[in-house]
Amino acid sequence: MEGIEISAGDTAWVLMAAALVLLMTPGVAFFYGGMVRAKSVLNMMMMSFLAIGIVTVLWVAFGYSLAFGDGGNGFIGDLSLSGLQGLVGQFAINGGVYPIPALIFAMFQLMFAILTIALVTGAIADRTKFLAWGIFAAVWVTIVYFPVAHWVFDFGNEELGGGGAGWLANLGVLDFAGGTAVHINAGAAALALVIVIGKRVGFGRVPMKPHSLPLVLLGAALLFFGWFGFNAGSALGAGQVAALAFTNTMVATAAGIVGWLLVEKLRDGHATSLGAASGAIAALVAITPACAFVAPWGAIVIGLLAGVICAFAVTFKYRFGYDDSLDVVGVHLVGGMVGCLLIGFLATTEVNELGKDGLFYGGGWGVLGTQAIGAVAVMAYSFIVTLILAFIIKAVIGLRINRDDELTGIDVAAHAESAYELGDSGGGGVLAGAGHHSHGGER
Amino acid sequence: MKLVTAIIKPFKLEDVKNALEQRGVRGMTVSEASGFGRQGGHTEVYRGAEYTVDLVPKVRVEIVVDDADVDAVVDAIVAAAKTGKIGDGKVWVVPVESIVRVRTDERGVDAI
Repeated sequence: MEGIEISAGDTAWVLMAAALVLLMTPGVAFFYGGMVRAKSVLNMMMMSFLAIGIVTVLWVAFGYSLAFGDGGNGFIGDLSLSGLQGLVGQFAINGGVYPIPALIFAMFQLMFAILTIALVTGAIADRTKFLAWGIFAAVWVTIVYFPVAHWVFDFGNEELGGGGAGWLANLGVLDFAGGTAVHINAGAAALALVIVIGKRVGFGRVPMKPHSLPLVLLGAALLFFGWFGFNAGSALGAGQVAALAFTNTMVATAAGIVGWLLVEKLRDGHATSLGAASGAIAALVAITPACAFVAPWGAIVIGLLAGVICAFAVTFKYRFGYDDSLDVVGVHLVGGMVGCLLIGFLATTEVNELGKDGLFYGGGWGVLGTQAIGAVAVMAYSFIVTLILAFIIKAVIGLRINRDDELTGIDVAAHAESAYELGDSGGGGVLAGAGHHSHGGER
Repeated sequence: MKLVTAIIKPFKLEDVKNALEQRGVRGMTVSEASGFGRQGGHTEVYRGAEYTVDLVPKVRVEIVVDDADVDAVVDAIVAAAKTGKIGDGKVWVVPVESIVRVRTDERGVDAI
């Protein structure tokens, strides 16, 4: 490219940010893993790790190209960049040329694809056939995530006169880091999937308590840390916009912790550690689309409201009787909606001239309307396509493990492993080794 | 010979152990247990969903004693484990037919 040189600073930051976003998926694995019972923690974490494997391979093969290929239309990209070799030595182009390598842009976006499908796993805890999960993940990212990422994140190739941009990007939907494509998308898919797969055996009747809240808090901490890469990295450079996104991510999350805990204290009598972790994540979700378009006080409003609203939203599943096991709908769909819609009120060009002015800044109702179109379009597409896909997989190979395996625990049934050897009778204490026989290499 | 089994509050284990040591008891078996009884449990709340936990943590102490020592041992345990509040536990005594010390093959009272 004429007249453009790689910016070492920008490139260093986006390299780092991509690694931070990758860390979020193990973060999700710990966050969700701590929330399930001890007999299914490995399966919960394994669903995320399988997603890393499958999505990465598909992303290189055709995923990046379907999302960001220049020859497509508003709905989907093309296959011109399959294999990613065409990106080597190029600059990143997305509605403009960025002084960073195209390959690191592709890797940064890959991490979003992995995280989105990993978020869905929380809805289907304890009961999902591992093979069915792998097939679902592969097809879902192909027919749902890659197109939706194109709609929202592809601003077209400037060199081609802006051609190839996604239809929601062209419409002017403000979604800085993925409130629609990541969180509403994952939340709507989770809702469709739990409707098809059904409730866990004993849902609402037997206790299904988190087996390790320290693991949940560890996961939340990793997510929080990684989220700075997610949001501030989406600036694709180490400048003012990244600093604004970083600041808003921090202050919104702080407000979200306070908001959720306030609801718990007033409603349930105690502020819980699970509530603190959940409030942080709900706020992180909500600030994701807004982090580069609102002032820090607006971020506090978004975080606080997300914490309060999601603290109520996670109880809906008991009222309506769907087993969204770890509240992917209540946190990601609802939190994503909160963030996307609040942009319509709180966005201001005073902090970012590439943004818009929302209702509170004299911008009229138009911004809110556009945000609503983006949010509803992604939700509807993800929900409907996921519903159909889930029905097909259920009919062909089945989605669930059998009832006995579910009651005994999916870890042993699906992975031939158990997570902990701690108790005296479990083998870690004085009875260590008792009742265990080695098969050596004979198997 | 008798087997004395005591179910006590976990934080009373040290007191009971010390009291038994002073009585000359040289061995006991201690295990963690869960109790369901009049003490009741507590309520936990996870994301707004309430769970009643009605199994309360307890400690089980088991000692085999000579018939002559039974009353003194039971009294020592009761005195040491008492707080006067509900949930202090129970002590019961059952006859033991035979006992062997694995290392020496000693039988009966010698093996205690």
